[in-house]
Amino acid sequence: MTVNLTLLTVMGALYACGIYLILERSLTRVLLGLMLLANATNLLILATGGYAGLAPFFSKDTDPASYNDPLPQALILTSIVISFAVTAFMLGIIYRTWVLARQDDIQDDIEDRRVAETPSFDAEDDAVIPVETSEFPLPMRGPDGSAAAEPTATVEAGGRTLLAEHAALEEKPGSANVTGADTDTDTDGGAK
Amino acid sequence: MNLASLAPLAVVLPILGAALTFVLIRHSRAQRAVSISLLSLTLLLECLLLASVWNGGTAAVNIGGWVPPWGIVLVVDQFSSLMLVVSSAVSLAVLVYATGQGMADGDQDAPVSIFHPTYLILVAGVSNAFLSGDLFNLYVGFEILLTASYVLMTLGGTGPRIRAGVTYVVVSVVSSVLFLIAIAMVYGATGTINMADLAIKLSELDQGTRTLLHVMLLVAFGIKAAVFPLSFWLPDSYPTAPAPVTAVFAGLLTKVGVYAMVRTETLLFPGDSLNTPLMVVALLTMVVGILGALAQSDIKRLLSFTLVSHIGYMVFGLAMSSVAGLAAAVFYVAHHITIQTSLFLVTGLIERRGGSSSVDRLAGLAKLSPLLALLFFVPAMNLAGIPPFSGFLGKLGLIQAGIGLGTPLAYALVIGGVLTSLLTLLAVARVWNRAFWRKAEDAEHPDPVLLAVPAPESGTTAVRLLPRTMVGSTLGLVVLGVALTVFAGPLFQVADQSAAAMLDRSAYIQAVLGDGASVPALALSGGGK
Repeated sequence: MTVNLTLLTVMGALYACGIYLILERSLTRVLLGLMLLANATNLLILATGGYAGLAPFFSKDTDPASYNDPLPQALILTSIVISFAVTAFMLGIIYRTWVLARQDDIQDDIEDRRVAETPSFDAEDDAVIPVETSEFPLPMRGPDGSAAAEPTATVEAGGRTLLAEHAALEEKPGSANVTGADTDTDTDGGAK
Repeated sequence: MNLASLAPLAVVLPILGAALTFVLIRHSRAQRAVSISLLSLTLLLECLLLASVWNGGTAAVNIGGWVPPWGIVLVVDQFSSLMLVVSSAVSLAVLVYATGQGMADGDQDAPVSIFHPTYLILVAGVSNAFLSGDLFNLYVGFEILLTASYVLMTLGGTGPRIRAGVTYVVVSVVSSVLFLIAIAMVYGATGTINMADLAIKLSELDQGTRTLLHVMLLVAFGIKAAVFPLSFWLPDSYPTAPAPVTAVFAGLLTKVGVYAMVRTETLLFPGDSLNTPLMVVALLTMVVGILGALAQSDIKRLLSFTLVSHIGYMVFGLAMSSVAGLAAAVFYVAHHITIQTSLFLVTGLIERRGGSSSVDRLAGLAKLSPLLALLFFVPAMNLAGIPPFSGFLGKLGLIQAGIGLGTPLAYALVIGGVLTSLLTLLAVARVWNRAFWRKAEDAEHPDPVLLAVPAPESGTTAVRLLPRTMVGSTLGLVVLGVALTVFAGPLFQVADQSAAAMLDRSAYIQAVLGDGASVPALALSGGGK
């Protein structure tokens, strides 16, 4: 059996360009990449149908090498229609991105970034028991009247030592992360 | 047999409904009536289909009278009809929930009226994928449901939804292209795309080609099912969609991928040596997924990660390729569709009641709305696998099957499964403790109106907080989840029978190709046990 080399080469080139393009951040390029991939796949399906130029008709006596299989072309037709619909939808999305953000790039997921930057230290779960955890404002006393816990309890976070209550403040949503060098002297702890 | 020839209606009725609701796009009340009644009709029909094959048996319908392997064929067996019934019941509940939400918020705007037609097309695609006995028709079913899901995902076209939609569309299209390449290669190698015919002809290929085709199909389905290394798109894209949309996606779309994987493993490539990699992947999916869930503070994102994690259980059952393992996986799929969807619906209610879905901003909901707390608590415990719920029964079945297999890897998976179950409990208990159990004044940034004690009088807020239709449909789904526990006996029996039939393959092949057809296939399937 001979193979149509031109078809295979074109298919390979389309796949290569398509894969290169979908790795870009620009949405229009990604769309172009997806279109190339879809068309390369159509060529692949076409290649399974047999030789070009043969008639699709057959009777029981026809030699398998002398007719063309029509089914792959029906499959290609379906796949073209589907990729057309998806392309139209993607163009709509790209236009909408442009209207909303004035840019053509894939945006980052903000919540994902926020979770990723959350320090592994969790003030509520991981702190050495801070000054007091009860609902009573006074520090707890031991049986001999001394303070049960030091008010200057410290915790290790982000490679630095800071007061437990400051660390707890920083853990609140909307406050600064444990990054700035001056936060351990900042009694507001960033909780504006 | 006569009853099974109604199977195409499971696809046709929702599409008909989509056309009707599209015509009625300016009449939202008629739209609601048409879509709910047609979906109920579909559910009724699928219950009949399930009843007709309840005691075993497989029926095939040749579309357009073309004889297989040339024509498209729809196959009704226990597994596919069970999936159809569960998926339609869940979609109906979500549809009622969504219309309740639409009515409560007074959505008369254009983008929302597109919801009904698109939703029904999604249901049609899911039904088509479950029924399909033809690889290319399966691809078409996938494309129908995916294209509908693109629209639903970006409904309204807000910034976050467009961002999430881009990821989702690109990943889905790439997986579809992979699937199509696999189909082209399968067709090139065997000259057929009828799955029963492939079951015979693939066994005649040499091992290298078979492994290549097998891996390509599994990767394509693995992306859709969100199996571990291919699951990163899911928690990124699901949480931003509207609550009912996320709920139905979480319940159905990944399960269609799992269904396709089950068919690939049992029907097309039985006894092939990819069970070990599948087991490793299942373990990683479970553990990595649930570790991701523990880091989240947004309930929707947390649930998306548990969704990924619990796909691992199904792949675990599938990879054992024993009757016990596969039966447990079938049961687990039915259980997980119901539970995951109800949890997402409850999250939608939490978001309405508490003004946020982040556990940092929620508190004291157990006191404010005990019903809501109950609606969350039952499916959450069910998901974590607390006895006596169906989640426990499914996990127990998987663990028994794993111990029955007895290999070191199976024991590792059993341990991983128990660990994942415990970590799931930790994750949902954290949500419970913070959103429901703690006092309202302990919340970091609570909504001052919604979380006020005593609860705001009805009428003081602009919208109804918990509309009766939304609560009712969620309650219905939670009750369905509990019913899966109550009727676990007969359900497990059906799952057992369907697993045995799938591993045997002869019923499927004979139903499609006629009674004389199956002889060479059986010789090979012995290796899978």
